[in-house]
Amino acid sequence: MSEPPLLQAEGLCLAYGAQVALDRVGLALWPGEVLAVVGESGSGKTSLLNVLSGRSTPDAGTVLYRDETDASAEVHAMAPPRLRRLYRSEWGFVHQDPRESLRMDISAGGNIGERLMESGQRHYGAIRATAAHWLAEVEIDPARIDEPPRQFSGGMRQRLQIARALVTHPRLLFMDEPTGGLDVSVQARILDLLRRLVARHRIAAVLVTHDLGVARLLAQRIAVMRAGRVVETGLTDQVLDDPLHPYAQLLVSAVLRV
Amino acid sequence: MKGYNFAYLDEQTKRMIRRAILKAVAIPGHQVPFGGREMPLPYGWGTGGIQVTAAILGPRDVLKVIDQGADDTTNAVSIRRFFARVAGIATTTRTAEASVIQTRHRIPETRLRADQILVYQVPQPEPLYRLEPSRAAARRLHALAEYGAMHVRLYEDIARLGQVAISYDYPVLVNRRYLTSPSPIPAFDNPKLHRMAALQLFGAGREKRIYAIPPYTEVRSLDFEDHPFRPHRADAACALCGSRESYLDEVLTDDRGGRIFVCSDTDYCAGRAA
Repeated sequence: MSEPPLLQAEGLCLAYGAQVALDRVGLALWPGEVLAVVGESGSGKTSLLNVLSGRSTPDAGTVLYRDETDASAEVHAMAPPRLRRLYRSEWGFVHQDPRESLRMDISAGGNIGERLMESGQRHYGAIRATAAHWLAEVEIDPARIDEPPRQFSGGMRQRLQIARALVTHPRLLFMDEPTGGLDVSVQARILDLLRRLVARHRIAAVLVTHDLGVARLLAQRIAVMRAGRVVETGLTDQVLDDPLHPYAQLLVSAVLRV
Repeated sequence: MKGYNFAYLDEQTKRMIRRAILKAVAIPGHQVPFGGREMPLPYGWGTGGIQVTAAILGPRDVLKVIDQGADDTTNAVSIRRFFARVAGIATTTRTAEASVIQTRHRIPETRLRADQILVYQVPQPEPLYRLEPSRAAARRLHALAEYGAMHVRLYEDIARLGQVAISYDYPVLVNRRYLTSPSPIPAFDNPKLHRMAALQLFGAGREKRIYAIPPYTEVRSLDFEDHPFRPHRADAACALCGSRESYLDEVLTDDRGGRIFVCSDTDYCAGRAA
């Protein structure tokens, strides 16, 4: 690829005392690409996501992010205001638990609009119209714009969270088990939605999941993690259909084929 | 008065408070912590305002104290008498004659001058406290000037009620930088904060914070472009002086539901009625 990567990590190390979470992890993410990080619980997936997004600081290693103006900067060397600006404009987060990013007692419109107001928008009508548009995008009836997420089902909350993340047109999305804890039909709908939106808006994403099915549906590339190391990376189909590393083979064969 | 230092507080304490005031004036709208003292009145009765007043009073100052605009209520009378006793200074009820005005929840209707100082009693200096329960987190939001959450509150009001439903303590942005509580003055008074000629000092005794709005500073009430800030006023004339411009209190006059509107600013009203 001729275009330089959007996000590039090298030699990331992180330990919690004697417990090693990341061991010399490196990866690169290109614009518009979805990279799935798979592995069992405790393999360091979420630690990696936190370090990549600047929410925790690694013991060693660098994460370079190339921003809208094409300037590259080390994520962990950024001043807090700059990082917070990225969080509310160029980056988006989708958590497993929508409660982490939604305000449960504020209307759906307010939840989506908050990102816009944080970015300085001050036109009520425009904010409301944008919120209604994004509700429709994630298949929530715009008539429910004034209802708080408390009154929404789990799947709707997750879709609302996605709308909130995408409203500022981020270039990079961090997703941590976006369909965890939802039943299969609801999962399918959300995956469908994510795939469509990520492709249409050409959003790059780092997707952390233990569910290889989710990875196959959404990601172009996969990184398999075990005990803090990336043991195998490659195109999704290649890794899932013909895994090379013994652990990757084990992981793939552990999935029940229906 | 014998046995007391001038204006009750000792000189060390006054210097400490003055340092906080200087810092507050240098950073308009920013809350400066100070070592609040016990005062001979309970928290919530103006312990912050009274300490600020004590720190800035000089022997030739003329003090006016108002409570909700009135000179003749308990809080106003007792604070005025307090300083008359412990500082031996002149007091007045006339806005134009005062050099220092301590106020609870109002700004006088009479336009203030550059040689006057307005001291506010503040119960809750942190405008974000209902939105962000952690003080440490609120301070970080101030440092980063992240005030989106306050706009979400206005958004919710407009979405549910068609208008912003904050009638007092309406949040303002001071000098385009700090989100600030104007103390529980009615939103009607907010426009008077903007480019006021007098120095405005805010003292919160229980919370031990001082902040300030220097003379002629820009003070904007938060709003949306398509829902501009609109101060509310009862649609009536004062029953005593006939004013249609001043802020009005509704007063019950009998047990049969009789009620009248009168000016909340007693000095303004008396001046017009005379």
